[in-house]
Amino acid sequence: MNRCAARPVVGFAAARWARQPAIARYAPFVLRAVLAGALLVVEASGAAAEQLIADLSKHRVAITTGFTGDDVLLFGATEGPGDVVVVVRGPVGEAVVREKAQIAGIWVNRRLVRFTNVPEFYALASSAPLDKLVPPGVAARNEIGIANLRISPQSSLKPDQIAPFRAALFRNKAREGLYPTEVSQVDFRGPRLFRTTIHFPANVPTGSYEVRVYLIRDGRDVSVQSTPLYVNKIGVGADVSEFAHNYSVYYGLIAIAVAMLAGWIASAVFRRV
Amino acid sequence: MQIYLPIAEQSIDVILLLGVGGLVGVVSGLFGVGGGFLATPILIFLGISPAVAVATGATQVVASSVSGAMTQWRANHVDVKMGVVMLIGGFAGSSAGVIAFGILSRLGQIDLVITLSYVGFLGVTGALMLVESGLSLFRARRPGGAQPGRLHTHTWIHNLPFKMKFRRSKLYISAFVPLAVGVFSGLLSAIMGVGGGFIIVPAMIYLIGMPTVVAVGTSLFEVVFIAANVSFLQAVNNHTVDLVLALVLITGGVVGAQLGSRMGSRLRGAELRALLALLVIGVAGKLLFDLVVPPEDLFSLSAPVLP
Repeated sequence: MNRCAARPVVGFAAARWARQPAIARYAPFVLRAVLAGALLVVEASGAAAEQLIADLSKHRVAITTGFTGDDVLLFGATEGPGDVVVVVRGPVGEAVVREKAQIAGIWVNRRLVRFTNVPEFYALASSAPLDKLVPPGVAARNEIGIANLRISPQSSLKPDQIAPFRAALFRNKAREGLYPTEVSQVDFRGPRLFRTTIHFPANVPTGSYEVRVYLIRDGRDVSVQSTPLYVNKIGVGADVSEFAHNYSVYYGLIAIAVAMLAGWIASAVFRRV
Repeated sequence: MQIYLPIAEQSIDVILLLGVGGLVGVVSGLFGVGGGFLATPILIFLGISPAVAVATGATQVVASSVSGAMTQWRANHVDVKMGVVMLIGGFAGSSAGVIAFGILSRLGQIDLVITLSYVGFLGVTGALMLVESGLSLFRARRPGGAQPGRLHTHTWIHNLPFKMKFRRSKLYISAFVPLAVGVFSGLLSAIMGVGGGFIIVPAMIYLIGMPTVVAVGTSLFEVVFIAANVSFLQAVNNHTVDLVLALVLITGGVVGAQLGSRMGSRLRGAELRALLALLVIGVAGKLLFDLVVPPEDLFSLSAPVLP
């Protein structure tokens, strides 16, 4: 039933998409204008309408040749009191966790557990400590916190044997920086306006992300809003990667040709020197 | 300055990468080897996935051996007939190797197989080279110098069927011998991302009985094509050749190789070989150490299974 409250703002995102460079240039002004507009809408429509409105400073994280990670600003306004919890989820996929065992003195991968429905990225932000703010039932229903992720193990091992694999999955993801262990702070500016920064590390997986913003009041999730975010490769890197996957035969031939040419040019140049 | 590697899907410092290419180039220029045996492990140490490191290593080997092969060709040091026979085996071996690579990746054992191959081959070759160079350094100090070895020794190898005449190598031997050496070198190239010169050249000299000069020339000729085949098959089957990574490595490599060959002319052959042997043993030792020491985390996350 809570899902009904989630309103994807795809149309809005698409409109802003077209204005991407301008947004980047005039981000502070636009931000203020959007916030002011949002407040007007909220106030005009009264208590029956949206209790929460939020948007991102950009809906696309571009992985360029010099990409070292990126920050996206999430901002919004609430109607009435309450705290804000933000959940950022990457595209879901499969993950394989392997356990090493010692065989004849060397460490070898032995047992494995395959997990499906694993978000490739998962980050949280909150305006107050999560455990005090969100009751276990609400957290479980909305998959807030890694313990509540509904990932499914595919294994013949017993549940108590799978537990360390599950823990290892989160530990390894955290080490890669894809499941940040710290919950970021959502800052309130005044009673209604809030903002937080979502950080994406350099190794962020590509795909479509979902940013869910919850308004929590008295231990209940009274409102939720979902916003899409896309992580794409842009420029030469994107072209190379796309070509390598879609035209792998030509890519292979080009790789050989480039390598041969480079070797030949090098020897020709240095023979003259 | 960071550069994003589109296939490895990670950012890495471009200066560091140029340095790695340069170091590998110095080693290859200094010792006249491809340097793949150094490039692939260093890339893995730097956090590039073994699958990408091995496949891209093969692409880099194409670049680093093509100029050498052309020089050897002009000097008429290539036994084309021998090279072609080896290549037939080499194509079969490298194709089988790339397929095995894909299967081992899916089984989660490719890292282990790569590391064990490195430890085994580098350890044995390094030890042999150290002994040989030590002996020749020792002999050089004594009057009389090195003893001339016999030109030709007959073993069971020379009794195999399908004998062929190899005029450039002045040999009349079974085609199975170069074919087998080719298969073997193809497998090495696919699994380890190396040209395999450090194994093939001794095999050609001691097993086939080719003159050293022709063995070096023919091996370079063969390595270019085998590494090209491996690059191609890795790109098509496993999508693991990172051209951006390869180009940065090659750029560092060509500069390093020039430095290396200039440094090399100041050192004696036996000293050079002893140094190379120590380097090879060092790499093998480091890899063995990593296999034996308990890992920090017993559990690891595999890269998503390739379709």
